[in-house]
Amino acid sequence: MNKRILIIGAGVTGCSIAYNLAKKGVKNITVIDKSFLTSGATGRCGAGVRQQWQTKANCIMAKHSIEFFEHAKETLGYDGDIEFKQEGYLILACTKEEDEQFAKNVVLQNSLGIPTKKLTPDEALKIVPHLNKNSFISATYCQTDGHLNPFKMTDAYYQAAKRLGAVFHFFEEVKSIRHENNQYTVLTTKGSYDADILINAAGGYSREIGLMVGLDIPVYAEKHEILVTEPIAKMQSPMVMSFAKNLYCQQVPHGSFLMGRTTPKQPKGHDIDSTHEFLDEMAKTIDDILPKIGELRVIRQWAGSYNMSPDKQPIICESPELKDFYMACGFSGHGFMFAPMTGLLISEMILNEPLTLETEMLHINRFKHQTTHEVEKSVV
Amino acid sequence: MSKKDIIICRCEDINLEELHHLMEQGFTSIEDLKRQLRIGMGPCQGATCLPIVQRELAIFLKKPLEEIPLPTVRPLTLGVPLKAIAKGAKNE
Ligand SMILES: Cc1cc2nc3c(=O)[nH]c(=O)nc-3n(C[C@H](O)[C@H](O)[C@H](O)COP(=O)(O)OP(=O)(O)OC[C@H]3O[C@@H](n4cnc5c(N)ncnc54)[C@H](O)[C@@H]3O)c2cc1C
Repeated sequence: MNKRILIIGAGVTGCSIAYNLAKKGVKNITVIDKSFLTSGATGRCGAGVRQQWQTKANCIMAKHSIEFFEHAKETLGYDGDIEFKQEGYLILACTKEEDEQFAKNVVLQNSLGIPTKKLTPDEALKIVPHLNKNSFISATYCQTDGHLNPFKMTDAYYQAAKRLGAVFHFFEEVKSIRHENNQYTVLTTKGSYDADILINAAGGYSREIGLMVGLDIPVYAEKHEILVTEPIAKMQSPMVMSFAKNLYCQQVPHGSFLMGRTTPKQPKGHDIDSTHEFLDEMAKTIDDILPKIGELRVIRQWAGSYNMSPDKQPIICESPELKDFYMACGFSGHGFMFAPMTGLLISEMILNEPLTLETEMLHINRFKHQTTHEVEKSVV
Repeated sequence: MSKKDIIICRCEDINLEELHHLMEQGFTSIEDLKRQLRIGMGPCQGATCLPIVQRELAIFLKKPLEEIPLPTVRPLTLGVPLKAIAKGAKNE
């Protein structure tokens, strides 16, 4: 293919797209980012990867992506360590509704080949002995879920894409886009680029990029906070998560614990300042569910943007209004784990290849033609 | 003294050789280096390493020290146990 491709955003999504296209022999790929590698949500995220979802689209995206992560180091020829820890996610059911819903989720997940099991509290305590037994009713567990180092994983895509000829420009912001005679002209803080195909992988700023070409993409940025403790010897294998109690908590190979929760009624917008309200609520939640972890010292807190879509599932498609304008956004807090599939699917769409997955449920048209949506509820 | 024996960051045990290796690969901002090496994010929050890395970058890039930006200062500056925070929050 001789077309000039320009990708806006060098987060894990943009880097995976660049790699997948370059691997298929596309020569003319430029990636532009307004800041440094992983400066967006990618470098701020929990980097957990799980297949325990409630909607089919999310289950399938995650399953295929985890199969990629299992061999990513070799596939991408990366010298470093992507720190893939595949020791499962333990999801706690804390209400009767959750207990019933999770039983259904397990049936769906098993039907798609995802090896999730439903556990009694005693079985869950065998996996995570420091859980407060009175804080939950039952749990689900999938051994092949896990966690990666988001900086290293993105660096692995970035290095591989560069080796295959993709060109990256950092600290250069896209300011406006013109579309004339089937050609895009992208104006940045440093210059201008002509491209035949444009890809919007701008994370929290995807809506703003859409507006530059007159598209109204139904996504918005929402702040999510997270903290990390001092490192200690390994004591917890899986990620522990609760939707009802609003918590995820994971010990990373480095030894520290990462934990986060959603602040209710968080206003839309690009603010990513840390708050002491988050710290208070996080500490109370940990004290309830994982009291032993409460003895650890917090050493840092930070925040990043989720790019939210109306049904909390991603938008991965070519624009129906604007030819050769592709978007990969709206990941709603789980775009890191989907990145391998996102990159593969966009490359297949651009090269007109048969698609690895049915992508109708990822198309932006779903918000136009349907009045009700299957909304993903398994989210923190 | 070998570069391997010069410790830049005591929290994460990073030496000068590792730092120079990444700078040569093009990681020439503290934000980039922080994400590859975990410098500045350990218990001392960069008190030891950041001035050293800033100076090394200034030499490498042949720029004055003031032109090498330092990363965002994050809360907390001293570690506090979560339990102490929970206790305080419940008494509020
Ligand atoms: C606290 C937190 C925890 C999370 N935990 C998880 C998790 O456990 N698992 C999971 O899968 N996901 C998680 N996520 C979500 C995940 O981080 C994102 O879905 C994913 O990183 C999105 O990647 P991206 O490349 O699409 O976006 P980003 O990483 O945000 O990248 C977008 C890039 O576009 C650039 N950009 C924006 N506007 C412009 C412009 N005008 N010009 C040039 N460049 C521009 C930005 O600088 C940025 O680098 C979490 C997110 C947060 C905030």
